[in-house]
Amino acid sequence: MADTPQAVEINCETGVVTTRDLTADEIAAQAVAAQAAADQKAAADAEAAKVATDKAAAQAKLAALGLTADEIAALSK
Amino acid sequence: MANPTMTLIGSPITVGSGGVASVTFSSIPATYTDLVVKASVRSLRASSEDGMGFTVNSSGATSWLLLTGNGSSASSGTNSSLGYGSGWTGRIPGNTTTSNTFGNWELYLPNYTLSGAKSYSLDAVTEDNSSTAYASLQAGYYSSVGAVTSLTLSAANSNLAQYSTFYLYGISNS
Repeated sequence: MADTPQAVEINCETGVVTTRDLTADEIAAQAVAAQAAADQKAAADAEAAKVATDKAAAQAKLAALGLTADEIAALSK
Repeated sequence: MANPTMTLIGSPITVGSGGVASVTFSSIPATYTDLVVKASVRSLRASSEDGMGFTVNSSGATSWLLLTGNGSSASSGTNSSLGYGSGWTGRIPGNTTTSNTFGNWELYLPNYTLSGAKSYSLDAVTEDNSSTAYASLQAGYYSSVGAVTSLTLSAANSNLAQYSTFYLYGISNS
């Protein structure tokens, strides 16, 4: 991999393709965006895991009350 | 009689060794009715997936909604409810997916020469020899972006991998 991230651009009028190094500001913005995306994905994954745990716990409590598996499944249809 | 055509604009861009952070089509001529971008893409992110970024004239969409499935579950949301950036689109393969496989990503941007509000739609799929792979469908909106003269595509968390390829087409409706 190149030491410095690069960007490629094609000018659609001239057909000229230009490859350049990202500026320091662009590299910093890329790092911030990557961290934000990672944070958002971690939060989404944690939320999904909590929902799955809560759902399993709720189903177990319903089963303990005497509902059949089909009856429990029907509640979410 | 109308004679609609689909014309390759410029030449395809194929990413070289080491990957690149972004690919830009600039100075897009205003001689067509709609634009289409077709891409074969892969990210260098050390993960099974990455987000694909997309901006028009250097701006992300005003709002969008997204439907995603991964083989076992489906979800939907908006840029607000999901918390992703305005330029975020569907998922593309990351660098832990099966070697030498690429996902598909396609954008349709109608009436790109008009000023004012614009809509777009896009779809994306990842490719992996795994039980989990992503399919994404997005509809988005720009409240005011002016005539589209440039499009920039990027991976959200890393560089676009070597051999990722991008094609820009112009659609004429007459």
